[in-house]
Amino acid sequence: MMHSLQVPCTKENLKEIRYFVESALSRYNLSANDVNLMILAIDELCANLIIHSHQCNQDECIEVKVKNENQTFIFEIHDQSNDSFNLLEYKIPDIQQIITEKRNGSMGLMLVKRIMDDIEVERNDGHNICRLYKSLPEGSN
Amino acid sequence: MELKVSNEGKFHIIQVIGDLDASSSILLDNALEEAITTNTKSILIDCAELHYISSPGIGAFTSRLEECIEKNITMVLFGLNDKIVNVFRILGLDQLIMIKISKDDAKDHINDAQFTSALH
Repeated sequence: MMHSLQVPCTKENLKEIRYFVESALSRYNLSANDVNLMILAIDELCANLIIHSHQCNQDECIEVKVKNENQTFIFEIHDQSNDSFNLLEYKIPDIQQIITEKRNGSMGLMLVKRIMDDIEVERNDGHNICRLYKSLPEGSN
Repeated sequence: MELKVSNEGKFHIIQVIGDLDASSSILLDNALEEAITTNTKSILIDCAELHYISSPGIGAFTSRLEECIEKNITMVLFGLNDKIVNVFRILGLDQLIMIKISKDDAKDHINDAQFTSALH
């Protein structure tokens, strides 16, 4: 079963996205910690798209889809933009360097990469799909 | 998200209530900036009612750590639930940001650190 949610690109909608992911995962027997981490990864990726790719333009939308296949959760985030940023090429920075340089960014995509098992990016004429995979057998915790 | 700021003796306390995400982290950032300018040497962050944190919220802390060190300010977080501690752990920040279980533990840590510092 595929669950999907489409919202305008505003930071205030991140909460709605989190509720949506939590609700989609609620039918599975998962630990609160695993649920929180998957919500966090989707939140981080959506925040990145909303803020950097869409500049919080509420006339533009992103869509989040969630499904489970063979004990693997598959999250898809769809958007239309020509942003050339490639998550797959993103190199995780050193945490000590982030602190020394007094930066308050750079940790979101670090979390996504550390939480998720696999990431795919598809681009097709301005339509982008970021697909995140997390294998988590039910009742494994 | 809501912040409540109070003082208990020398301790400047910021209580964070709700979700700390990309839309609300600016409030914490402002509160930390204000706390640092009050010349306090002891900042406690009460996270007992913090339900969720994402990277902008964490960034509000990491971006102030160096400044705290430079100004000899001790910042301690306390009362974090397991989910939130785990997020700090994934980033390796549980080794770099002082996290304590209770307010008393946090105060004890600051008192000990300041006592040790005064001896040197």
